[in-house]
Amino acid sequence: MSQAAAIEAKNLDLTFETGDGAIQALRDVTLEMRKGEFVSFIGPSGCGKTTFLRVVAGLETPTGGEVRVNGMSPDEARRDRAYGYVFQEAGLYPWRTIAGNVRLPLEIMGYSRSEMADRVNRVLELVELSGFENKHPWQLSGGMQQRASIARALAFDADILLMDEPFGALDEIVRDHLNEQLLGLWEHTGKTIGFVTHSIPEAVYLSTRIVVMSPRPGRIADVIDNPLPRTRPLDIRDTPEFLEVAQRIRKGLRAGHSYGD
Amino acid sequence: MNRILPILVVLAAILALWYAAVVPMNAGWTIAQAQRAGHELTFLDVVADTMSQDRPRLPAPHQVAAELKKTVLDTKVTSKRSLVFHGWITLQSTLWGFALGTTVGIGMAVSIVYSKTANMSLMPWAIISQTIPIVAIAPMIIVVLATLGVEGRTVPKAIISAYLCFFPVLVSMVKGLRSPGAMQIDLMKTYSANAGQTFWKLRLPASVPYLFTSLKVGIAAALVGTIVGELPTGAIQGLGARILIGDQFGNPLMIWSALIAAACLAGALVSIVAVLQSLALQRMGYAR
Repeated sequence: MSQAAAIEAKNLDLTFETGDGAIQALRDVTLEMRKGEFVSFIGPSGCGKTTFLRVVAGLETPTGGEVRVNGMSPDEARRDRAYGYVFQEAGLYPWRTIAGNVRLPLEIMGYSRSEMADRVNRVLELVELSGFENKHPWQLSGGMQQRASIARALAFDADILLMDEPFGALDEIVRDHLNEQLLGLWEHTGKTIGFVTHSIPEAVYLSTRIVVMSPRPGRIADVIDNPLPRTRPLDIRDTPEFLEVAQRIRKGLRAGHSYGD
Repeated sequence: MNRILPILVVLAAILALWYAAVVPMNAGWTIAQAQRAGHELTFLDVVADTMSQDRPRLPAPHQVAAELKKTVLDTKVTSKRSLVFHGWITLQSTLWGFALGTTVGIGMAVSIVYSKTANMSLMPWAIISQTIPIVAIAPMIIVVLATLGVEGRTVPKAIISAYLCFFPVLVSMVKGLRSPGAMQIDLMKTYSANAGQTFWKLRLPASVPYLFTSLKVGIAAALVGTIVGELPTGAIQGLGARILIGDQFGNPLMIWSALIAAACLAGALVSIVAVLQSLALQRMGYAR
C-alpha cells in the first residue's frame, strides 16, 4: 500500500441484517484517496455513499474487505485523531456557545486551557465566524451553524475531513457561498476531504475526483478525474468543461439506476 | 397583565360557583332550625344564614378567608393553632421528600439508561409502584420505620412524599438522558469520548429542560405525598393533620382553610421551581 494514501478501501462489503432480511449496503468497494485530494461521493439514496464514509470513520464495521486510514485501522485512526467528521445537521449543543461547541472535542481530548483558546480562535477565523464566540447556536443562521460545525471538526488538526452532505439542508445561495469557502479552506489547509453530496454541480465544483455510486447493492459505478483547475471562481460552472463532467456524472447515475431496477 | 387576566377570570368563576353551591348545601340546616323555632323565612333570610353558619357543610369563601386571616395573620406562628406553624411542618417533610425523590428518580433514570438489565427490571416496578394507592402504603411505612427505631414523623412522611415524587422525575429523566439523537452519539464517538464524557458533556446537559419540567410536577407530588402521609398516621401537626382533625371534630372551616393553605403552598413551590427553571435555562443559553 502506497505511503501517500490517506484512505484505502479494498473489496469492502457491508451487509445489514434487518427485519426484512439482509440489505447489502456496500459491495466490493475498492478506492484509494491520496493525501490532499478532494473526493466527492455522489449517488441516489441507498447507494452506500454515507455508509462508506461511516466505515472509514469506524462508525460501521464492514462485513468483508479491508479499510486503512493513514495506514491504520479506522478505530486506530480515530484514536490518532486522523479525521474530523461533519454531519448533515450542524448538531451544535444549544447549551454551549459557539466557542464552547468548537471547544467540545478539545475538552474531550484533554487539551490545555490556553491551547484550547488558541485553537478555537484560529478555526473560527478560518470559517469566518470571529466575533460570534459568545453567541448561542440559535442566534446564528443555518449556514453559520454549519460553518461552526466545520470549525469544530477542524479544531483538533485532523488531516482528513469527512463530510456527510454538510450543505444538504441549506438553500442554494448559502450553499454556493459555503462551497466557495470550503474550497478556499481546502486550498489553505491541504486537508484530504471526503464529501458526500446529492448535488451534481456541487460535486463538480468542489472535487478533484468524483466517485459515482449506484444502489442495491451500493457500489462504485464510475470514478471521474476532474479536469478543472484548482482555482475555481463560481462562474466556472458555466464553462463547457464543467458541463462535460456534469454530464458524465449524470450518465453514470442513470446507468446505475437501470442496472439496479 | 395578559397572563394574569385569564387566571383572575377562572378564579372569579370558581368563587361564583362556590357561592352558588353554598346556598343549597347549607339550606337544609337553616330551614330545619327555623321550623323547630317556628320562624318563617324569606329566600333572602335563607341565603344570608347559609353564608354565616358556624359549622356549615360548605363554608362560604369569605368565611374561609376570615378563618385563614385568623390562623395565619392573627395567631403567633409558634402557636399550635397557627397555620403557618402547620404549614412549616408540612413544608419540611415536603422538601426532604422532594430531595429524596429527585435523587432516587435521577439515580434510577441513569441506571435505566445505561443498563439494559436495570431498564428491564426497574422500570416495570417503578410503574407498578404508582398503581398502589399511597394511603395503603403510608401506614405500613410508618409501622416498619417505627420498628426499625426511627423516631418522629418527618422521616416516614418524607419517604411517603418521595414515593410519589420520584416517578415523574424518573420518567422525564429517562426521556431527557435519551434525547440526544444518533448523530450526537456518533459525534461523541468520532472524538473517542468515553462513557463518562458522553454523560457529563452530552446526556446530562441535554436532559436539564426535561428535569425542570418534571421537578415542577415532582414538588407538587411531594406536597400531596406529605399531606397524605399526615392523614392516616395519627399525626397532630401539619396541614394533613389539620384536615384530619377538622374532619373528626366536624369543623369544616378548619378543613377548608388547611386545604387553601396547602394549595397556596403548592402554588408557591411550583412557582419557585419555575423561576429556577427559567434562570437555569437562560444561563444555559436555551432561552430565546
